[in-house]
Amino acid sequence: MIGLYRAGASPLHRLGATPKLVALLVVTTALVLARSPMAVVVGVLVVGVTSAVARIPPSVLWLQLRPLRWFVVLLVPLQLWTGGWRAVVIVIGTLVVSVAGAALVTLTTRVSAILEVIERAAGPLRRVGVDPERLALVLALTIRALPVLTATFDEVRDARRARGLERSPRALLVPLVIRTMRHADRLGEALVARGVDD
Amino acid sequence: MITLVAVSHRYGDRTVLRDVDLTLTEPRVAIIGANGSGKSTLARTLNGLVLPTEGTVSVEGHDTRRDGAAVRRLVGFVFTDPDAQIVMPTVGEDVEFSLRRSGLSRSERHERVTEVLARFGLAEHADHPAHLLSGGQKQLLALAAVLVTDPTVLVCDEPTTLLDLRNSRRVAALLAGLTQQVVLVTHDLSLVADYDRVVVVDDGAVVHDGTPGAAVRAYTDLMAGRP
Repeated sequence: MIGLYRAGASPLHRLGATPKLVALLVVTTALVLARSPMAVVVGVLVVGVTSAVARIPPSVLWLQLRPLRWFVVLLVPLQLWTGGWRAVVIVIGTLVVSVAGAALVTLTTRVSAILEVIERAAGPLRRVGVDPERLALVLALTIRALPVLTATFDEVRDARRARGLERSPRALLVPLVIRTMRHADRLGEALVARGVDD
Repeated sequence: MITLVAVSHRYGDRTVLRDVDLTLTEPRVAIIGANGSGKSTLARTLNGLVLPTEGTVSVEGHDTRRDGAAVRRLVGFVFTDPDAQIVMPTVGEDVEFSLRRSGLSRSERHERVTEVLARFGLAEHADHPAHLLSGGQKQLLALAAVLVTDPTVLVCDEPTTLLDLRNSRRVAALLAGLTQQVVLVTHDLSLVADYDRVVVVDDGAVVHDGTPGAAVRAYTDLMAGRP
């Protein structure tokens, strides 16, 4: 979700976030329920055609699938042993098609559009005291916080090295926690200044 | 117009503002002072981020204590560290976040966002993740996100401290060109030369209030007397 969106004008980019998320849900559910190699083949075709329509280069899609490689390494022997090649195709195929489908949605949809859908979908939760707008804001802040925290982590690690304390976990954790809390304070101030809660 | 009447503020038993009375009507007002002098706290009283322990602050007649929401609609605030101020993942979305309660339609919001990003030289970054911008661009984004709501007053708390010379000058030039009243808190003395009024704060009190030349002299003399 972090900065994956690729600006574009393809039909998939222009399609609303809701139909895309619903389609993703339908495809993944169908794959899990069908449990057949044929369904996997259809799934691969759907993902292939969709990514071509969205003009997402295969290399970009591959970057999203690459983290799966360790799962695949672990799952292949296990599935081969319990269910043979058929099970391997179904399980690995379903996994890859689902992740590729989710990646296509993320690559072609702005975070704010996805947050709007979540906000609307969470509307009924208002009755049990959940503020949908607040929920969407929390998700947005979480996404935004990841690169900020990564940068803080890198700086603190460099500072630790500069002081010759590479092996001290305390020299990493204490400043990291303190700086993160200070960041949270400043972020809170900024939210108030920008009229959240008014 | 911003009015502070007998404003004092304490954090626990540490007094950070002492009996400050100010009426700010000039289009360009700078507040200078040493680290820990209370100038940031003073800036934070102007939009109700800090409600003073004693005294009142009002902006265009709205009291920050009773009518904080109205004050924050009038006063835009730019912080030192843009990373804390940018709340949305992409550039365009962060600017649009400021307009969420504006009552504008989606297309009007989009138009305003595009317009303000173009003005700050960020047009081609609209869909980029905010964390990939340079430090200078991040501060420009923070400014854009505040100015898109067209506030009456802009308060900037050391907006150039983290920036290099070129970006400091760029931010200074942008501030100079604004129609808004600007209250600039800074210890970059070169920024205040063409301001209408410069207030020097020391140990929580106003110790000088006047033209840039006289104020900067008063401040440097004050610092020269310190060990």
